[in-house]
Amino acid sequence: MRSRGVFSRTALVLGLVFLYVPILSMIVYSFNNSRLVTVWDAAHSPTLKWYGVLLSDGEVLDAAWLSLRVAICAATASAVLGTLAGMALARFGAFRGRSLLVGMTTAPIVMPEVISGLSLLLLFVALEQAIGWPRGMGAVTITLAHISFCMAYVTVVIQSRLAGFDESLEEAAQDLGARPAKVFWRITLPLILPGVLAGWLLAFTLSWDDLVISQFVAGPGSSTLPMVIFSKVRLGVSPDVNALATLMVSVVASGVVVATVWMRHRLRRRERDAQLAAAANL
Amino acid sequence: MEQREGRKLKPRWFRGRQVVAGIPILWLAVFFLIPFLIVLKISFSEARLAIPPYAPLFTWLHGLPVPRIHLSGYGYLFTDPLYLRSYLYSVMVAAVSTLFCLVIGYPMAYAIARAGDSWRSFLLMLIVLPFWTSFLLRVYAWIGLLQNDGLIDSLLLHLHLIKHPITLLQTDFSLYVGIVYSYLPFMILPLYANLEKHDTALLEAAADLGARPFTAFLRVTLPQSVPGIAAGSLLVFIPVVGEYVIPTLLGRTDQIMIGRMLSDEFFDNRDWPVASGVAILILLLLVVPIVLLQRVERKDLEVAEATDK
Repeated sequence: MRSRGVFSRTALVLGLVFLYVPILSMIVYSFNNSRLVTVWDAAHSPTLKWYGVLLSDGEVLDAAWLSLRVAICAATASAVLGTLAGMALARFGAFRGRSLLVGMTTAPIVMPEVISGLSLLLLFVALEQAIGWPRGMGAVTITLAHISFCMAYVTVVIQSRLAGFDESLEEAAQDLGARPAKVFWRITLPLILPGVLAGWLLAFTLSWDDLVISQFVAGPGSSTLPMVIFSKVRLGVSPDVNALATLMVSVVASGVVVATVWMRHRLRRRERDAQLAAAANL
Repeated sequence: MEQREGRKLKPRWFRGRQVVAGIPILWLAVFFLIPFLIVLKISFSEARLAIPPYAPLFTWLHGLPVPRIHLSGYGYLFTDPLYLRSYLYSVMVAAVSTLFCLVIGYPMAYAIARAGDSWRSFLLMLIVLPFWTSFLLRVYAWIGLLQNDGLIDSLLLHLHLIKHPITLLQTDFSLYVGIVYSYLPFMILPLYANLEKHDTALLEAAADLGARPFTAFLRVTLPQSVPGIAAGSLLVFIPVVGEYVIPTLLGRTDQIMIGRMLSDEFFDNRDWPVASGVAILILLLLVVPIVLLQRVERKDLEVAEATDK
């Protein structure tokens, strides 16, 4: 028993090192003065030079602004659609079209991105031929494409969140005469709100991060941030990308820290409330 | 009175439900299902120099549709060994990567599942955290580590493990490193979800009956974790077959994977019928794994519901 515990723990530590060394190496080299990633220019490092290069690069800034707008729109729309789909799958029991919905919300998650990208572009081309819309590819088509694969992830998050609650609260509200819409707004939505938020964040990240699908459905002149990064790194290592990576990792890491602290705080408050309630009952 | 109210309420509720389920179904039908039908259609069309670069599937003659189905797109795919080789190469890369992910991910998931309560959520967070940072940037990081005179090369030289710099980038090695690195969490999470539910009493019983730890693992833990192994393996295998970014940045230049093939046919050769044919072939290859995955997940959900009740 003991020997296996040691083996699996060693594997865990080595695995975590494997997961984090590349990220740490980008952070360290983002402060390196040398253009060569292989050379640590100790005399002039650490330096913020590459952050300056990055933030004065108009192409990067334009792309980041486009990615931000697309990600906010796509995350919001897919949070709404994913909540509807998750509600239907978790609460409606058997209904016509259920297996179709299940298939269409699980398949995009594993579907190779080249296929989703190709099929969506061909759809947009066919639509443009048939009804004259969308006119050319750009921010609109990128957003529509992102919504379609992000909502599948939101559906999974909402569905598992709803599966964790039994329906007794909703049934009680219904018994008291609340209409289904009111039950949803007053009972269901507040319960699943953390799930909706988590789903929104996940959708935002996926959209912000997507390269392959965007590449298919983006027109000339509309490049998202991953597309700009990809064209830079295809030519080899470029130190300003390290700076960009460091900025993005810092945002994510501080977000996770804030979320963890906030959840601990909430949990502690709930425990205290429960203790007070128990004390009051005595 | 009560009955009438019930009758009045029921149709409303029903209509509301239809709307709630109908909107996402409609959306996905337009943006997920119909696109595939279009891909299928174009894969049977003839390529031509025009915008869009394919001929219509039907031509109208005296008011009647005349089908013009072309199999030339598929003809290439089956006669040109280039396509067949990249098809087989992609399947092999996906299978080997899945195996590596399983071998590395299983002990990691096991260690997390057996860790103390306070550690477990922290360790899980460490596994999930890379998900939230850019996939592209994490793959890019390996270029810096693996390139000639890169960090790993210099480290090996420094330790006198190698005498001359060795080429690590754009080899099968760097491709596997990149894929395993990116997809490892997809293997660990379903495995953890499975291993965490195991009843340790069974292992104690096995020990009481004289089984050595390793035997107990082989005969108790491993068989129970088959659904987790299946889910994790499918979650890695399916997307890796069509992977585009990692092989482009880290993989060999003399042997491309099928996802890159599709992209090149589409963007460089502008041959939409062949690109669509490649997409259909990838889908045919993946249909069985995708159906299997849905079955595994559904069974998992049913088990979870059964144990909750």
